[in-house]
Amino acid sequence: MNKTNRVYIRVAILGVLLVALVFALYSSFVKDPNAVKEGKAAPNFSLERLDGGQLALADLRGKGVVLNFWGTWCEPCKKEMPALQKQYEVFKDKGLEVIGVNIAESPITVEPFVQQFGVEFPILLDRQSQITKLYRIGPIPTTFFISPEGTVKEIFIGQLNEATIASKVEKILP
Amino acid sequence: MDQRKCECGHTNPIGTLLCESCGKPLEAFGEGQNAFPDMRYEGMARRSQTYTTKWIDKVWNFFSSVKVAIGIILVILIACAIGTIFPQQQYIPVPVPTEQDVARFYSDTYGTLGRFYYELGLHNLYSSWWFATLLVLLGTSLVICSLDRAIPLYKALNKPRLNQHKSFLKGQKVFAETNLPEGTRAEELLEASAAAMRKKGYRIFAADHALLGEKGRFSRWGPYVNHIGLILFLLGVLLRNVPGFYMDKYVWVREGETVPIPDTPYYVKNVAYHTEYWAKEELPVELELEEGFAIPKSYQTDAVLYLNKNADIPGAPPDLVELASGPILVNHPMQYEELSLYQSGFQEMQLGALNFTLVDLKEGNREIGPVKLDLFDPPKEIEVAAGYKVRVLDYFPDFKMGSDGKPITQSNLPNNPMFTLEVIAEEKNISEKMAYLQGTVITQKKDSRYGLKIEMPDLIDITGLNVRVDKALPLIYFGSFVFMVGVVMGFFWQHRRIWVQIQEGKVLIAAHTNKNWYGLRQELQGVLDQLNLPVKVEENSKA
Repeated sequence: MNKTNRVYIRVAILGVLLVALVFALYSSFVKDPNAVKEGKAAPNFSLERLDGGQLALADLRGKGVVLNFWGTWCEPCKKEMPALQKQYEVFKDKGLEVIGVNIAESPITVEPFVQQFGVEFPILLDRQSQITKLYRIGPIPTTFFISPEGTVKEIFIGQLNEATIASKVEKILP
Repeated sequence: MDQRKCECGHTNPIGTLLCESCGKPLEAFGEGQNAFPDMRYEGMARRSQTYTTKWIDKVWNFFSSVKVAIGIILVILIACAIGTIFPQQQYIPVPVPTEQDVARFYSDTYGTLGRFYYELGLHNLYSSWWFATLLVLLGTSLVICSLDRAIPLYKALNKPRLNQHKSFLKGQKVFAETNLPEGTRAEELLEASAAAMRKKGYRIFAADHALLGEKGRFSRWGPYVNHIGLILFLLGVLLRNVPGFYMDKYVWVREGETVPIPDTPYYVKNVAYHTEYWAKEELPVELELEEGFAIPKSYQTDAVLYLNKNADIPGAPPDLVELASGPILVNHPMQYEELSLYQSGFQEMQLGALNFTLVDLKEGNREIGPVKLDLFDPPKEIEVAAGYKVRVLDYFPDFKMGSDGKPITQSNLPNNPMFTLEVIAEEKNISEKMAYLQGTVITQKKDSRYGLKIEMPDLIDITGLNVRVDKALPLIYFGSFVFMVGVVMGFFWQHRRIWVQIQEGKVLIAAHTNKNWYGLRQELQGVLDQLNLPVKVEENSKA
């Protein structure tokens, strides 16, 4: 074997090994390729509404969507509920939809809660936490701000107040 | 000059220890530091040492070093050991829903060391980028070290050298020299020794006044076969990162419940869970077990696996088709195509539903009918008997009195269920409110007409199933098998060679093996005895 051939073979072998290295690094950095991220499309889903019937996220294309994951046991969720309701009233005629996804509770627990806070926006029941897992929800409340095109513009973890909701909603109105 | 000329006229590449043609050591050797070269690679130049002019050759040279390989292995070993000091994140034995909980777990359980462990990212060591890098570096080192040695070795062994230089023979560990016996022709002696060696299973290569017997050459490839096995193994580990190749999920399923398996179109139902215990008679010896204590025999879930045909939209009502059903036992998973469901956890005797009997306290505790409150799916209204209804007004699965004096729930799990109920007797036009809390029923009115008698609650078992797909597993097993083949090749066979040469009326005999010198000497002595040559095989301690 002559010298140039040898160099080519070495380059080829080292190249293959480099590809393996890049792949190993890539997959250890991107642990969860299905995670919902800002700038990515919000995965579609369909859930049972507290007041009956089904609601699919895709049906809300063309509207800005505030997607809020909550539970009755969560204090900050309780505190931000009135703020969400207020901002829903302000923006609903300007093309905003607010959706509250309740995490694995029974309607009997959810209903009095919703009535207590006078919530008018649709409440969905994620009885088996399927959508909660799909959206990789860690701490709650977690709120997704979704553009009319169905893209996640912002993910907010923690309690929201009216002012922050208003400023974030401005960016997702149609 | 980057090449060295031997006195026989052959030009050897730089780094060659023994002339490729005649076998004469290229450096003068004697005792001490200038010992006879190591026969491990037949005195061939290792390829990486040949040219190191280009940067690519320098990289190649770096990885071809066994010292570097051992360094990488040591670092991996130490890293692996560190990863076992505290549990990795996925093995934390308590629920840690948020990152803060994870951090708190390490610092609360293991103190300052635990905090450092977490902050250095050692709680996810095996999936860290640097651990992956180390594994790839090990793979690189394996590939290059093997190529760099296997190819020259193959070239050397493929053309057995017969007319070796006398110094080559002399340098061997086993060497003997004697005069050609009177009246024996050189050809006759060589013929006889060839026959004797053939009998012992040697392959014979012969030339003028020179003979080589060789056996077990394939054992020299053992280490390289075993490296191929390791490379396949590492490749399998790497493949697990390709989407769809590997999945490892954990689902908790209550008896009677059907749950979706995350990120798959499958659902699994827990029909029943059961722990079986050894009966006293079955035990081989009498054990002094405490009262009420038994030794588990098996953990079994009777499960049904479904495919959701309506999986395109997550959360939509599922359209389930049964795929498989049957028992899942520890080490006996339910299998469907590439999917395996393993029994890996259980929680027995959990509250499933509360049971009551509605009684009329004013009619001598007359029983009206049963009331069942499912804790996971409580009904809104229960028809207890004709004319009698119970409505569920509020349900707090994990009751606690809130700071404002109102009841709240601490989680969505029924750890401490609290209900407020309304009993309605339509005909009598009576409505009474009552609450259930921590084993007691509290009525709103002191002098209430109706009451709830607490009955035995429904207890259910929850099973923990590990759902796995591992398409890389066959490759990992195959790699392990190849590895073992290589080990067996190298361990149980030896590459033995015996050279016999006749030069100027003298018989020169040399032998080499890569292991088991005792066996080689015995074999050689046997050959010499057959030839009636008056030599005793001794080991040349110099080499």
